[in-house]
Order: sequence, then structure tokens, then C-alpha cells
Amino acid sequence: MLIMQTNSWIPLFPEQASSFAWQVDYLYFYLILVSVGFTIPIVAAIFFFIVKFREREKYATPDEIHGSMVLETVWSIIPFVISMTIFLGGAVVYYTQYRMPDDAMNVYVVGKQWMWKIQHETGQREINELHVPVGRKVKLTMTTEDVLHDFSIPAFRTKADVVPGRFTYLWFEATKPGKYHLFCAEYCGLNHSGMVGYVYVMEQKDYENWLQGNVTGQTPVEQGRDLFENKLGCASCHSGGPQQRGAKLEGIYGKEVSLVGGQKVVADDEYLRNSILNPGAQVVEGYQPIMPTFKGQVTEEQLLSLVAYIKSLSGVTATGTPASAPPSPVSSGTDAGSGNTQGGGK
Amino acid sequence: MQEVSAISGNSVPADEPKLNYINNGHTLKSWLLTKDHKRIALMYLVSVSAFFLMGGIYAGFIRLELLTPASDLLETATYNKVFTQHGILMVFFFLIPAIPAILGNFLLPLMIGAKDLALPRINLLSLYIYWIGGIITLWALMQGGVDTGWTFYTPYSTTFSNSYVMAVGIGVFINGFSSILTGLNFIVSIHTMRAPGMTWFRLPLFVWAHYATSLVMILGTPVVAITILLVAIERFARIGIFDPAIGGDPILFQHLFWFYSHPAVYIMILPGMGVISEVIAGFSRKRIFGYEFVAFSSIAIAVFGFLVWGHHMFVSGQSIFAGLVFSFLSMVVAVPSAIKTFNWTATMYKGSISYDTPMLYAIGFLGLFLIGGLTGLFLGSVGLTVHLTDTYFVVAHFHYVMVGGQVIAYLAGIHYWWPKMTGRMYSEFWGKISAMLIFVGFNLTFFPQFILGYMGMPRRYASYPEELQVLNIFSTAGASVLGFGLVMPVVYLIHSLFYGKKAADNPWMHPGLEWRTSSPPPTENFKEMPVVTWEAYDFGEESGLDLEDARKREAVTI
Repeated sequence: MLIMQTNSWIPLFPEQASSFAWQVDYLYFYLILVSVGFTIPIVAAIFFFIVKFREREKYATPDEIHGSMVLETVWSIIPFVISMTIFLGGAVVYYTQYRMPDDAMNVYVVGKQWMWKIQHETGQREINELHVPVGRKVKLTMTTEDVLHDFSIPAFRTKADVVPGRFTYLWFEATKPGKYHLFCAEYCGLNHSGMVGYVYVMEQKDYENWLQGNVTGQTPVEQGRDLFENKLGCASCHSGGPQQRGAKLEGIYGKEVSLVGGQKVVADDEYLRNSILNPGAQVVEGYQPIMPTFKGQVTEEQLLSLVAYIKSLSGVTATGTPASAPPSPVSSGTDAGSGNTQGGGK
Repeated sequence: MQEVSAISGNSVPADEPKLNYINNGHTLKSWLLTKDHKRIALMYLVSVSAFFLMGGIYAGFIRLELLTPASDLLETATYNKVFTQHGILMVFFFLIPAIPAILGNFLLPLMIGAKDLALPRINLLSLYIYWIGGIITLWALMQGGVDTGWTFYTPYSTTFSNSYVMAVGIGVFINGFSSILTGLNFIVSIHTMRAPGMTWFRLPLFVWAHYATSLVMILGTPVVAITILLVAIERFARIGIFDPAIGGDPILFQHLFWFYSHPAVYIMILPGMGVISEVIAGFSRKRIFGYEFVAFSSIAIAVFGFLVWGHHMFVSGQSIFAGLVFSFLSMVVAVPSAIKTFNWTATMYKGSISYDTPMLYAIGFLGLFLIGGLTGLFLGSVGLTVHLTDTYFVVAHFHYVMVGGQVIAYLAGIHYWWPKMTGRMYSEFWGKISAMLIFVGFNLTFFPQFILGYMGMPRRYASYPEELQVLNIFSTAGASVLGFGLVMPVVYLIHSLFYGKKAADNPWMHPGLEWRTSSPPPTENFKEMPVVTWEAYDFGEESGLDLEDARKREAVTI
């Protein structure tokens, strides 16, 4: 078994299997060192004092010592300085853990009471399992259909809450093939402790074999295009050239866009997501607030696919100045009744 | 100095019981309508102990369930309710009121030389509010309980949980006003009721600690009340505040909740620090080392405690920048606690240390609080805490602070002032045994959980991977020792009420004003208004203690 490989009877230390796991462990060892460094002298002093200065005469009146400015200064500054080294060490590691790399392969995660639904860029779907290749950066884009969850992989020394109504991200680069625990670490109701699974880290060729054996259905981008062009009818407004009524989406991702009212906002995942669910909130300058909300009509997985598709449009077409929208108030068809195409998980 | 009666303190009580606050009225009405802070404190003692017992039984079930990896002893749904209710009862109905409402209520007026708190009726009102909040909560638990975790995170608590969330919420909401009124009462009393000569820097550090606690109580508690109100508005009126499905933000709830609940951690630990200052100084017969530093570190903890709530949310999706700021501030708030620990240790230097039961508890506190505080640094270090958040490391850490700190300090305080509160001495032998059992049992219970946490075992799990069982068995075994140790004081303290040796007015020959009246004190606390002419923690004859006389008496009794 590869589970938390351990040879000792009492496991004391988890498997180390991600590129930054050693940094977290060094920080841990440093803190243990600091703790021992404080505990031993203090406990030794306490024992020395209670023995050496034990009561020799009932109700004695030892000489008063009021305190010492020098000592107080010393034992304020030393802990402060040490705590700052701990802070800085933690800050560096945190930055590594939580700053998302640009060159990672994408995996999409949707939490749901009480399972993890996972989709790969290449279309594979899994539940409560995540297969990743060793030595490649993997970025998870995560959300949830219901309550808070937390995607936690102790062997990778990282976790992040999964929050309804928004995307959160997690990245890692696995360094060692194996099977590692996946936990939901944020309490999510009845079967919280059953919302567990495994992350399988595989050698590149094993991973490719796995991919071969599991191609099912569309990739997120293909699925997003299908929703965009057919199922949800987004294309009826968001494509068609200079006269289109909806904002031009080609090349929009990652760019700063001007909104009605003069604000500017960067068109990131969160903005795209919000614009689908709550289109009236941040309308791109030059367009009318005519788009209906898709809240309740798209699932979290479909949202992830739509955002993936819109992202894929960027860079393909050069950014142009959007023409002003003609005022014809034809509503776009929302063909949500056809349900999702995703098969798995629901 | 002559104004102070009963100054030598060690006069052996006469056979005829003197009129004191306990025998001054025997009817139920004389208790229920009392304005005497000492009687109110005793009623708090009984009520808070009942909640502690219930919370402890829940804890026992948690440890029994975790003896095996599978969820087998309890159904998962029951387990979820058990840990939730353990948390709610312990936090809101035991840890927060324990020291302030029992020891604070009893001792604060005595220590500052007052007849009562400034607002005696408000004090009684706070007890009734505590009862009402407690009864509503108990009613909700009996109806079916609540399964949200004591943190009530949204949207689970607002939209998904079918348990009695709102009833418990109302119980906690009401109970909050009890804290607010107690805090208000303490602040007013410390400002206006000090006896002549009792200057700010002659106050016992117990009083300083309660002053700091009261500040947090009156500034922080309204926020949790507002938060619960917002949850109620969302649940009943469907106005989107926390639920993203209707336009709310679940993270906002966490901000509001921790804006109270982190300072609430200091409501729980600061009074304990006050007790420890008294006990260590007393049983070392030494003025506390660096009095001003210990006093102001309490205030510093209270103030900085309001600025670190975000360290509960490092993995919640808050920005990297917010994470760094909260990590930095959490490191800063660790410094005053370190200062206190150093000063307590230095107080023992060249003292005259006796190993009475309260002192054993206090020494235990130093060790456990040290570990609790240092592991706080692990959790404040943001890169490390991404791995540790929501694991058993966190559970172990806060139990080291809350049980190893607060509960041990509370027991130290109860043993230290028991002779004053009841007029009886308990068995020193059993006292020492229980102090040591609790120390051993506690460490055996919670130390393995640090390792479990680093292994990645998530908290609030009814089942867990099999390779983690051995450490869980240690923990459960420790819990049974701890539980046994905690039952012992209940037995020998109650025994002492009936069969204990009568306590002298000043059994330890300590200089605090509370020891300069009879044991138990009369209803009006002091026969004459005390006038303070000595500095705090003056254990010598200059403060009016007749030590020669006490030594002679000691020789006679032996």
C-alpha cells in the first residue's frame, strides 16, 4: 500500500510529495526547534526555582524584587525578533503555495455534499479521485454547488476552501508517484468525513495510458462551445461581428475593460462568472444591460466550461473596439431545459 | 492601618458560626432575589459546573467514537451533533463565564475593598440572562440538537442544516448580554468602587486581567449578537446576506464571526492569566516580577486581540495580502503572552515556594500554556498553517490554551479561594493527586493530536484512515485519565463542605484584601471600610500581616 507510506508502528510524519512540501516541513522543524529552545530553559528554570527556593520557613518574607527594565526589554525583543523570522518564513512559503503558476495544466473541481467532481482539460471526469502526472504543475479551479468544502491533500501540504458563488484556486506539483489522501477539510454536514478520496500521482507514461483509457465525452472547452453556441444561445448576441448586441468576448480574458459608469475591471474568471449569473452588475461600456441572468439555469460545472471556452477565445482574435449595440430588444433564447451533458456525478 | 479589622487574619473561627453571606438567609427567595455578588457567584458556580459536566460528557462520546477508525459507536449524524454541542456548551456556557462570572464576581469587590459591585441588580440580571440563554439552548439540544459546528459557518447553517440552528442561535444571542452586563459592571466597579488607598497600581493583577477582559466583552460581544441577528434575518426573510444563492457572501459571516470569536479567546484566557498571577505570587510569597508589564500586557492582548481575526481564515479564499497582514499581527500578539510567562517564572526566583494544590495547578498551567502559546506560532505562520488549518493540530492547540490554560487556571483559582468562598479546607492530599492526574491525562489526550494534525487528520471527522488509529487510542486513553482527574475535585470539594476543616480567615497569610475579612465573608464584605496603605503583593509585616502569630498557630495545629 502506498497510503501515507510509513514503516513505523506509530506514524509521526506524513508523506512528502509536492514541490513545496519540503519548505513547509522545514518551517515545521524550525518551529519545533524554537519551541524546544523556549520550553527547555523555562521548564528548567521553573524546576530549579521550585526546588532551590522551596519554602524553608512558614510564611517567610523573601526580599522584594520589583522587576528589571533590562530583562523586560530583552525578553520582549527576543520573542519579537524570533516571531518575525517565523512570520517571514511563513510568508515566503505561503506565497509559493498560493500564487498560481501560469504554465500549469488545468483541472476543474466542483464540490458537492459529499463528493468531489473533477474534470480534466482533456475531458476525463472522475469522482473522489484525481489522477495527475508527476513533475507537472497542476492548477485546480474550484467551486461548490452547495456549502463550503475544502480540498486538502496533506501529502502535498496544501489545501484551500471551496466557496459557493466564486472560484478558488489551488496548485501543486507532485514529486513522487503514489496514492495520497484527499480530504474535505471544511465541515460540510452529515457525511463530511466521507467526502474523501485519493490523489494518484503517476509517471508521465502511466498518466498517458490512463488518459487513453478514459477519454469520455467533450473537453471543458468543447462543452463550453456547445453551451455557448447551441444550448444556451450565448452566440446569438455575443458573436456576429460589429453589430452584435453583447460584448465582444474574443481576446477579452485578462484584459482591463471599461464599464458603464467609468469603472474599470480586469476580465478574470470571477468577472466572467459574475457576468453570466448577474449580468446587470458590471456592464461593459458601449452595451445595453439587456442580457438576462443565467442564474439557476447553468450548473457549476457548466459555468466552469463556459469560462474555459471564453478563455480559449482570447488570443485567437485581436481585441477591437466594440461597436455600440443596436437597440433591438430581442431576448436571447435560453435553452437550459435540455439539462447538462455531463453524465457523471449528478 | 488600624482601620482594617481582622488584619492578622488567622484567628481560629469560633464554634458559633458568625453571620456570613451564606447563613444570612436560608429561603430560596433569599438566594434568587439576592443582590450579593458572592451569592450570585455561587449560583454561577453551580450553573457553570452543570454545563461543564454536560460538555464533558459530550467530549467523552467524541473520544469513544474516535477509538476506532470507522464511524461505529455513534451514527455520523449523532457524532456531528455531539462535537457541535460540546463546542457550544463549553465555549459559550463554560469557558466564557467560568472565571469572570464565578471568581470575578466573588472576588473583584473583595479585592478592591468594596461592599459589592457597582450595579448589584444588573449583576443579578446577568445571571438570569445566562439562565434564560442556557435553558433555551438546552431546550434546543433536547429537541434534536444542532449539527453546524460551534462556528455556525454559512451557508450550511442558514440554508442546509435541518437542525435547531436558530434556537441555539437565540440561546447564544441572549447569553451574550450576560457577558456584556458582567463586563460593564466590572469596568464601572473598578473605576468607582476602589477603597481608599487602593490606587490603580496597587490593584491585584487579577483585577487588571478582568478589566482587560471586560473591555473585550463589551466591545466584542455585540458583534456576535449582530451576526446571529443577520443569520436570522436571512433565514426568515430570505434577504441575501451570507448565502451566495441569494446574493450574499459566506466569507462575510466568517469575518463577523471571528471578529468576535477571536477576541472571545482572550475573554477565555485573560482571567485565567489573572488567577495565575495571584497564585504564583502568593505561593512564592513574592511580589510579581514586573507588575506593570504583566498588567499592561493584559491590556495589550485585549487591544491586539481585535486585530487578528483573519488568522482563522488563511485558507478561506481571502487575499494573499490579507493573509500576510493577519499573520504579522498574530505574531505581534504573541509577544505580550511571552512577557507574562517570563515574568511568572521570574517571580519564583528567590521566593519561598510552597507546593500547595493551587500552586501545583499554576505550575501545570505554565507548562501547558507554554505549549499552547508556542503552537500558536505554528498556526500564525501562514505558510505552515495552510497545511495545518482544520486539522487536529488546531484542535490540540486550542485545547492546550483553553483547557491547559483556562480550565487549569480556573481550578487553581477555585482551590486557592475555596476556603474564602466556603469557609472550609479541602483535602490537600486529594487536591495534589487530582492536579497531577489532570496534568498527565491532559497531555496524554492532546499531545498525540498535534502529530495527528501534522499527519493531516481533519477535525470534525467521525471516521478516519486506519493508520491513524494508534495515536487516537492514546488520546482516548488520556481522556479517561483526564476525566477521572476532573471528577475528583467535585467529590472532595463537596465533601469538604460538610466534613472539611474550618478555614481560617487568611489560611495562606496572603496580603490581598479578600483575605482581610472573615471566611466566608459577611454580606457587607468588610466590617469597616478598608484603607490600603501597602503596595500590592507585600507579604511582609509592613502590610499588617501578623506572621509571628500565624507561625505560632501553625505550630499548635501540628
